[in-house]
Amino acid sequence: MHELSIAISMIDQIQEESESRGGLTVKAVHLSLGLLSGVDKDALQFCYKAACQGTFLEGSQLVIEVVPIVLYCPACLTESRPVSIQQLACPECRTAGRVIRGHELEVASLEVAA
Amino acid sequence: MSDSPRLIEVRAKVLKQNDLLARSLRERFHAAGVYVVSFVSSPGSGKTRFLEGLLTLVGRQHRVAALVGDLATENDAMRLKRAASRVQQITTGTICHLDASMIETAIQSWDLAELDLLFIENVGNLVCPSSYDLGEDLRFVLLSTTEGEDKPLKYPTIFNTADVALLTKMDMAEAADFDRDAAHRNIQSVRPGMSVLEVSAKTGEGMEAVATLLGDRLAASRNSLTVQAAQS
Repeated sequence: MHELSIAISMIDQIQEESESRGGLTVKAVHLSLGLLSGVDKDALQFCYKAACQGTFLEGSQLVIEVVPIVLYCPACLTESRPVSIQQLACPECRTAGRVIRGHELEVASLEVAA
Repeated sequence: MSDSPRLIEVRAKVLKQNDLLARSLRERFHAAGVYVVSFVSSPGSGKTRFLEGLLTLVGRQHRVAALVGDLATENDAMRLKRAASRVQQITTGTICHLDASMIETAIQSWDLAELDLLFIENVGNLVCPSSYDLGEDLRFVLLSTTEGEDKPLKYPTIFNTADVALLTKMDMAEAADFDRDAAHRNIQSVRPGMSVLEVSAKTGEGMEAVATLLGDRLAASRNSLTVQAAQS
């Protein structure tokens, strides 16, 4: 359960972003969360709410966009979605693909008061 | 003027601070010629016993040190100190993983030039350590024969972020009805092409192969850094 550490890192980062723009009133935070990021979506929602208390982000919404895994196959030269998170070879030729999407853990955008 | 909210693009990695610190650690390690290997696994998979054996073996040819992470107690560091002179315990308190800042603090007073290899034993946990870069060159994931061969399917993320898998406690395989083929198949399913080594710290089986692999990687890393330095 490291989602609390992740939530605190997020808040620090958004604070930095806000300060660099002269202070923002953040309504919602959009997060891209890869299926292979090692972070649980529901646990993060819970921890985000708890970690925001008493900060300038208290009351803000966390909107999580789950990013599916995309493999690049060096044999087929194509991108593909694996059959499941447990089967990460190229679905066509079974070559060991490279994971090119699915590790994301990033703040994509902020919805701020106009 | 509308009072509907506006959207600001940010695209910032949540663990940017950790990633930046890990990168600077990696640069420091490389500048000093140190090759860094981390070990992740569930609790009780035999990480410390394995490291005791490995430190003794590798220590005959190389200067090795170890960092060990645990929530509480210094027991592991005390055990490892019998095998290597430079061992530092990182007690994480309630934190379930190591991060780059803990590594930086732990090595603060070390002279890296006195080392060839640094081993980092993460907290026993197959979930959280996967998100944190520690500045290591190679990440081992350990799976013991007593845990069940479907662990890779249950924890695909940690297997996918590791470079080499070690099947530990091979001396117990028969007693535990360990299905060796299934274990290999499951590892290849979540991390196609992954190298897998079978070891027993108790009998010594496979330990030489791990020591050889690390010696080779250390030499290759130093060669490529020398070539890079010559080209730049």
